[in-house]
Amino acid sequence: MTGATFVGMPAFPEAARAALADSQLRHNLAHATGTIRGKRARVVGELDDWEELRTRAAGVKDAALADLETHLLTLEERLTAAGATVHWARDAAEASAVVAQVARAHEVDEVVKVKSMATVEIGLNEALAAEGIAAWETDLAELIVQLGDDLPSHILVPAIHRNRAEIRQIFVDKMAAAGRPAPDDLTEVPSELANAARLHLREKFLRAKVGVSGANFAVAETGTLVVVESEGNGRMCLTLPEVLVSVVGIEKVVPTWAELDTFLQVLPRSSTGERMNPYTSTWSGVTPGDGPQEVHVVLVDNGRTRALADEVGRQALRCIRCSACLNVCPVYERTGGHAYGSVYPGPIGAILNPLLKGVGVDEQVDSLPYASSLCGACYEVCPVKIDIPSVLVDLRAQVVDAHRGGRPSVEAAAMKGAGQTFASSRRLGLAQRLTGLGTGLARRLGLAPAWSSARDLPTAPPESFRAWWRRTDGGRS
Amino acid sequence: MRVALMVTCLGDTLFPEVGKAVVRLLSRLGVEVDFPEGQTCCGQPMVNSGYLDEAVPAVRAFAAAFEGYDAVVAPSGSCAGCARHQHGLVARRADDPALAEAVATLGSRTYELSEFLVDVLGVTDVGASFPHSVTYHPTCHSLRMLGVGDRPLSLLREVRGIDLRELPGEAECCGFGGTFAVKNADTSVAMGADKARHVRETGAEVLVAGDSSCLMHIGGLLRRQRGGVRTMHLAEVLAATEGASPGASPEPDRLPA
Repeated sequence: MTGATFVGMPAFPEAARAALADSQLRHNLAHATGTIRGKRARVVGELDDWEELRTRAAGVKDAALADLETHLLTLEERLTAAGATVHWARDAAEASAVVAQVARAHEVDEVVKVKSMATVEIGLNEALAAEGIAAWETDLAELIVQLGDDLPSHILVPAIHRNRAEIRQIFVDKMAAAGRPAPDDLTEVPSELANAARLHLREKFLRAKVGVSGANFAVAETGTLVVVESEGNGRMCLTLPEVLVSVVGIEKVVPTWAELDTFLQVLPRSSTGERMNPYTSTWSGVTPGDGPQEVHVVLVDNGRTRALADEVGRQALRCIRCSACLNVCPVYERTGGHAYGSVYPGPIGAILNPLLKGVGVDEQVDSLPYASSLCGACYEVCPVKIDIPSVLVDLRAQVVDAHRGGRPSVEAAAMKGAGQTFASSRRLGLAQRLTGLGTGLARRLGLAPAWSSARDLPTAPPESFRAWWRRTDGGRS
Repeated sequence: MRVALMVTCLGDTLFPEVGKAVVRLLSRLGVEVDFPEGQTCCGQPMVNSGYLDEAVPAVRAFAAAFEGYDAVVAPSGSCAGCARHQHGLVARRADDPALAEAVATLGSRTYELSEFLVDVLGVTDVGASFPHSVTYHPTCHSLRMLGVGDRPLSLLREVRGIDLRELPGEAECCGFGGTFAVKNADTSVAMGADKARHVRETGAEVLVAGDSSCLMHIGGLLRRQRGGVRTMHLAEVLAATEGASPGASPEPDRLPA
């Protein structure tokens, strides 16, 4: 169940084409994102101080990021004082190795997992599988994805691309090989599906000696990790096993306990469309006789310091993984998450992946900043005010700059030509007389077929506006 | 007040009737509008594709053409948005403080048409008459980059004889997105097809928007589908008066050669 991978995914336009052809997928997505969008809009609309909350949340994150080293060292000190062991990991491999080493030290062949973006980002399940350790996902949607040998397609709802009939089939076909089988008479009723998952998972919760989690927030001054969730599976994983390993991106740090308040307000409203999430777990190191008696925290960079160095893009590190930008994005709604080739899809993924990985190296990554019409709906809903459209435009410039110097592409040559044409009105006027500029440019770019496959192209009028203005003296003659 | 028309490269080249409509409309409201002939393009096609160096000449031409005007009016939320929010980027790229200062001043004086009418002239009733059923698509950059809010609708509501119909999912992007329309043509068309479907659902004769680029995209889909819905720019509807038949303008319905 670890065969599925984002590695080697095609560039966005190609992956999107395949996804767009799947009418079931488009139906599932339109329904699901539409529902969450509506819920979010209702609960956000209830608050008079929503804009102030957004500003405050962005400000706390910016301040934390501006002095990240200090806060991280404080976090390490407080966690250590509370009995936790802190590990630092530069990249995915180092982070996964820490978790594997803890599991090996306890001679276990399985761990139970709280839903965590960071562990998917670092490919933890695959790394553990390579060591003969099964990592069981316990979030319902993650379980569906894992059993289906599938990939997550949404930050909050990883199986958003599946409908209940597909989920039933996955449970019936795959649960038995992973533990307790699905009941013989399982139907598509959501409560029955949830109950089948509950019974299947309970065995694993009670058996596992090692739990693995991420963290939504890491409070520096108190050395506290925070997990926010809906299903209670997180609470089980965080309290029942003897050993707990938490993989935490370094940008998760929040300086003070008091500042957590803002995030616990904006996250559930933006994410699930709830006023408050059902389960909020916080823990600081080890409490004797209560919960895990061995606690590890792996602080992961994996590209975050690269993103932090990006003057425009660093605001992406404010992200609290709420997925409001995905739900409101018209591109995401039609292509789904897999087309982005990463655990971080949608608008935030279109900026976060290039920021974490760097541009100019991988065609797939370079295609992501262009996977947007720049409509700005993402910025409007972002609870930490990430100006995604501006970061997209800046990243596009970085992609173009990374390819300067070599042989210019057709697009680069055309843009250079357009730049020269627009340098003076004399040149523009000449171009207009020679050919309809827009259609002419489209032809030179080889774009006319891409436009015309489903849309009629306008024809150039007999006279440009400037020619009319000159001929009629601005309509006066 | 010296007022200049920023006609936009697209309007200049492909949709000249829109610029003419702005001139007619403003002169009816007593505003003498100039067309500084040095203008070319706001540079947005290059900026939004990542070609900042290539946008510098266009932004220099913009700064030179509009220098000294009190107001620059554009029949485009997108191009006005570029002038207001992106020219600074290009000036910084050119490492030219004088250009940066010039575009900062000009950016604050650049208005999308509905902003100029409502905020600067203080009118919502522009004396227009347009006895047709109309649905209005608020373009993304006018709505979210400029924040024009309901200014365009407040103008349309005052038009004599108009039958204004609400567009389902009106705030959702049509999928044009500049070079997105061709770089991600499949996704762009999927978004546009849904927009076109919503437009047809209203049963309106005419789709109106404040950006010719979005209208070119949605209109291209509607025409391919033989949807029977015309597209018109907001300026054309607001310029229409009793007796002057705006539908006679060949442009909105122009079929490809």
